[in-house]
Amino acid sequence: MADGTHIFADAPLDGLVACPECDALYRAAEVPPGSRAVCARCHTVLISPRRHAGMAIISLALASIVLVAGALWFPFLRIDTRGLWQQATLWDVATSFPVGPLLIVSVAVTAAIVVLPIVRAALILYTLVPVVFDRPARPLAARAFALSESLRPWSMAEVFAIGCAVSLVKIADLATLSLGPAFFMFAALVVVTVIQDQLVCRWSVWRSISPV
Amino acid sequence: MALDLARLTTAVTAREAGLVACRRCTRVWPMGTGTCARCGSRLVSRDPRSLSRVWAWWLAGILAYIPANLWPMLRTRTLWQEQSNTIIGGALELWRYGNPGVGLIILVASVGIPIAKFFAIAYLALSARRGARASPGARMRIYEVVEYIGRWSMIDVFVVAILASLVQLNVVARIDPGPASLAFALSVIFTMLSAQAFDPRMIWDGIEAEAKSRPGPRSA
Repeated sequence: MADGTHIFADAPLDGLVACPECDALYRAAEVPPGSRAVCARCHTVLISPRRHAGMAIISLALASIVLVAGALWFPFLRIDTRGLWQQATLWDVATSFPVGPLLIVSVAVTAAIVVLPIVRAALILYTLVPVVFDRPARPLAARAFALSESLRPWSMAEVFAIGCAVSLVKIADLATLSLGPAFFMFAALVVVTVIQDQLVCRWSVWRSISPV
Repeated sequence: MALDLARLTTAVTAREAGLVACRRCTRVWPMGTGTCARCGSRLVSRDPRSLSRVWAWWLAGILAYIPANLWPMLRTRTLWQEQSNTIIGGALELWRYGNPGVGLIILVASVGIPIAKFFAIAYLALSARRGARASPGARMRIYEVVEYIGRWSMIDVFVVAILASLVQLNVVARIDPGPASLAFALSVIFTMLSAQAFDPRMIWDGIEAEAKSRPGPRSA
C-alpha cells in the first residue's frame, strides 16, 4: 500500500531525493554522465550530470559577464530618417522611462536585462570555481547558489531578445534601422545563458558544495 | 532510469515516509525540521497558507491588468499628428497597416497569455482544494506552462523601452512611454509571484488520499 515508511526506513537521508514538484521520494543512485534521472510521475528532471560541465559552466558565466558589459558599452541600435539619426545603448534602453512613477519600470527593466544576468553569473562563479578546482567550497556557497536559483525566472535576456525583434518590425516603416555591435553581443548572451542553464545539474551542485 | 523507484502503484512521497523535502535542493529531513541544513531554505511539508498567497498576488495582478489596458502604452508624436495607443490599439494597428504577424505576437503576449494565466492559476488553486476531473499529470502540465510562459509577457514592456529610447528625433518623430507600461509590468510581476506561490505538490496529494481509500493495491 501507499504507506512507504518501511521502504525507506533503512536508507540514510542523504541518499534520498524528493521531487521538488510532486514530493515523490526516490533513492538516489549514480547516474552516468550524459543521462538523466526523471521523476516517474511528474517528469521533472532530478539528476542530470555531464562530464566537464563545471568548467563549461564557469566559462559560460565569465562569457556572459563580458557580453553584458560589452553590450552596455557599445551602441545597441541606430535609426536614420530624413537626415536625422539617433542611437541608443543598452543602458539608454533600460533607463528610457522618465522620472516619476515610470521610473519603477526603468528599475525593473534594468534589473531584468543587465543587473540580474551579471549577478547570477557572479553567484555561479562564486559557487562553482572552488568546486571545479578541487578546493573547499566557499562558506556562503549554498546561500549564493540558492539566490542564483531564485533569481532565475527574473533574468530575462531571452525575452528582451524577442522584444528587440518586435521593435525592429514596428520601426521599420518609420526609419532605417541598423544594428550595433552591442545587439550581437546581446544575442550571444541569450545563447550563452540558455546553454548554461541546460548544463547545470542542480543535484550535483548541491551535493558538491554542501555535502551534509 | 537510475532512480530506484519503489515499485508501488502510487509513488511514496516524502510526507508519507515521515520526511519533509526541501524544494530548493531536493534533500529530505525528518518531519518537523525547520530549515534545510544543506541550502538554508525554509522547510514546509505542505504550506496551508500557500493558497492565500496565490490568491493575493492573483488579485493584485488582475487589478493592475485593468489600467494596463485602459491607459495608453505609447505616445507617438510625428510632424503631422500626435497619437496615444493602448496595448490592444497598438497591436490592432500593426495588424491592419503593417505586419499582421507581429501584431499577433503582441496580442498573444500581452492579452492572450495574461488572461489565460489568470484562468489557469485560478483553476489550479481551486482544484487543489476541491479536487478536479483532470488528472494530476494534466494539471501539472498546466502549472509548468504557466510557470514557463509568465516572463514572456514582458515583451511589450521591453518594446516600449526600446522604442522610447530610440525614437527621440526632436520634432520629426518622438515616442514616449505611457502609464500603462507601469501597470502592465506590475501585472506581469504580480502574476509571476502568484504562480510561484503555488505549491504544485498539492496537485498530487489528491491521488494519495484516493489510493488509500481504495481496498487493496491497484495493478499498474
